[in-house]
Amino acid sequence: MDWGSIIESLFRGLIGESFIVFALAAIGLNLHFGYTGLLNFGQAVFMAAGAYGLAMMVATIGPAANRNFGWDLSESTLFWAGIFVGVIVFPVIFAFVMGIPTLRLRADYLAIVTIAVAEIFRIVVRSPQPGIKKWTNSSDGLTGFSGTFYDMSPFGTQDRYLFNLFTGNQMFLVIVGWVVLAFAAAVCWLLIRSPWGRVLKAIREDEDAARSLGKNAYSYKMQALILGGIFGAVGGMIRAIGFSVAQPDNFITDVTFFVWVALILGGAGKVLAPIVGASLLYGLLNFSDTFLREGVSADVIPDSIMTGTQVGQVRFMLMGLGLALLAAFRPQGIFGNKEEMALDDR
Amino acid sequence: MTGNNFEDQLKDELIPDAGPIAGPPGDSSDMSVVTSEKLALVDSEAARAALADVPWEPGAKKPDPILVADNVVRRFGGLTAVDAEHVEVQRGVITALIGPNGAGKTTFFNLLTNFDTPDEGTRVFDGHNIDNVPAHKIANYGMVRTFQLTKALSKMTVIENMKLGATGQKGETLWRSVLPFMWKSQEKEIEARADALLERFKLSHMRDEFAGTMSGGQRKLLEMARALMVEPTMVMLDEPMAGVNPALTQSLLGHVTGLRDAGMTVLFVEHDMDMVQEISDWVIVMAEGRIIAEGPPATIGQNQAVVDAYLGSHHDSALDLDVEL
Ligand SMILES: Nc1ncnc2c1ncn2[C@@H]1O[C@H](COP(=O)(O)OP(=O)(O)OP(=O)(O)O)[C@@H](O)[C@H]1O
Ligand SMILES: [Mg+2]
Repeated sequence: MDWGSIIESLFRGLIGESFIVFALAAIGLNLHFGYTGLLNFGQAVFMAAGAYGLAMMVATIGPAANRNFGWDLSESTLFWAGIFVGVIVFPVIFAFVMGIPTLRLRADYLAIVTIAVAEIFRIVVRSPQPGIKKWTNSSDGLTGFSGTFYDMSPFGTQDRYLFNLFTGNQMFLVIVGWVVLAFAAAVCWLLIRSPWGRVLKAIREDEDAARSLGKNAYSYKMQALILGGIFGAVGGMIRAIGFSVAQPDNFITDVTFFVWVALILGGAGKVLAPIVGASLLYGLLNFSDTFLREGVSADVIPDSIMTGTQVGQVRFMLMGLGLALLAAFRPQGIFGNKEEMALDDR
Repeated sequence: MTGNNFEDQLKDELIPDAGPIAGPPGDSSDMSVVTSEKLALVDSEAARAALADVPWEPGAKKPDPILVADNVVRRFGGLTAVDAEHVEVQRGVITALIGPNGAGKTTFFNLLTNFDTPDEGTRVFDGHNIDNVPAHKIANYGMVRTFQLTKALSKMTVIENMKLGATGQKGETLWRSVLPFMWKSQEKEIEARADALLERFKLSHMRDEFAGTMSGGQRKLLEMARALMVEPTMVMLDEPMAGVNPALTQSLLGHVTGLRDAGMTVLFVEHDMDMVQEISDWVIVMAEGRIIAEGPPATIGQNQAVVDAYLGSHHDSALDLDVEL
């Protein structure tokens, strides 16, 4: 067994790109669910919003605008515009679509609508209809939007960095990702400690009580939905830049549930939970994947138990088992407080 | 006679408790549990005395109403839960809203605070028509309510519960919230006010505990204290004494009369007639959604409509409220 590659893989999970992407999305979900009590089962669509906002601006909308209006916007201009569209415009639109009809209603309505919006968006985006395909390129997805980003990289593309963990481009993405993540966590920390965050918590605990004290619950829920969506969009954008493609199937419902797992693992309602949860989740996933693969190929694990092609499934079985154990023995997550959690039952 | 003249007259002439309608025995004017930090909102002695001229009939006009409801109707399917033709609540006094279970008191409360929308009718609070005002804005007009089922915010500490109640907080705006220097000093003031109120309500020792760890009675106290953080002109309490032990009840009653003496208007729902007799200045009786009687607490037991409502219509003796309810 090649322990070197197992350890490498573990660390790539703990601190790499997937960790950053899911930590950001989970920070957003923490704002939704952990602090405001909003049941968002469509975080993947906010991530897709970030990915497609950027990709469409650079690859389809921008060039079309240049053609039709005779503009001459450069790729890097479109890139920055795309960041704005992906981080602000699209998430705000999605939050309005989800929130306006449901945030005045009971919590479960939002849950249903978020799943629906996420799936509708993904299915529309992967539609082969020419009228849609020319903007989103169907299931193949959009490419050619990450050049501006990697052009800024100071790292050599041929070299490997940080104990051989990352290529130059990956290293650049991961460093930018860490900075963004640290910034997001700091913003979240400030928000939660403020009177604004106090209102969110009050709404989570009892919306009517908050309203009786003069707080506009609807407006705060909308603000939380938008802001959490923006964090998710930043994550999705980093994912798209990392893959250099914005593809509908990178934003399936499973993605939402991975975000939930990261959050629950860390402990909803705690500022550091999304970060530690996502790191552990991807650390463990990567570790078990490489470990099992190495075990199979070194014949430590005989084919009668599992073959190389089954590793992918087995590691999710292990993850399921881990979650079941977590739910049984530490339902409050890593950072959660058991006494606090028990207050629900009174 | 206008309300103002009358009040002026009273300020000069009346000694406490000598109003035409005598206050209940052991009247609360010596209750110094709650002392106003601000100037009294209205002169509560005068406001109470002014009730003397109010006829003892449903829908009676008050000299200085803070809250007026007209033809307020709320139906749930075939059931008309509330059908209140005309109700006025006098400013600066304690008004009790009583009635049998299911009379529509809580529903009426919800309608007065816009937590529920009436099918018909208009409501005016302190000169504002509030028919189309969202519930959260009502608190900013100075009307704050509590709930029959206490709403302590369990996973927030007691002090956080309290601080939430303050209105006009700068740090509650999203963009300012991430700039602590914009709201830190206001937060300090709010915290000081919250601590003072906790002290008064004897909850200081719970300050940093989660509200969810409190007993039922303590939660009632917290909810009332938190409502006061709004600095309201009118407090609406839905069964503030329910499930509270007698010792605590006395202190709650003291707080309620203290609110009035500080110039606030109190409207409260209560089933225990002892307490209604003890602290209220005026009683409104509801039954089957309608206002069936109004009057000073001492007179309510003799009212035939009230007797009928509580005991059925062929009961001809006066109602001994202490025993029967
Ligand atoms: N949301 C609702 N849907 C249907 N019926 C309702 C609803 N709320 C209240 N009612 C009905 O309206 C009537 C009045 O209820 P309400 O809660 O106002 O009574 P109450 O006077 O507060 O009683 P209690 O003293 O027991 O608290 C009851 O018959 C109740 O069943
Ligand atoms: Mg009730």
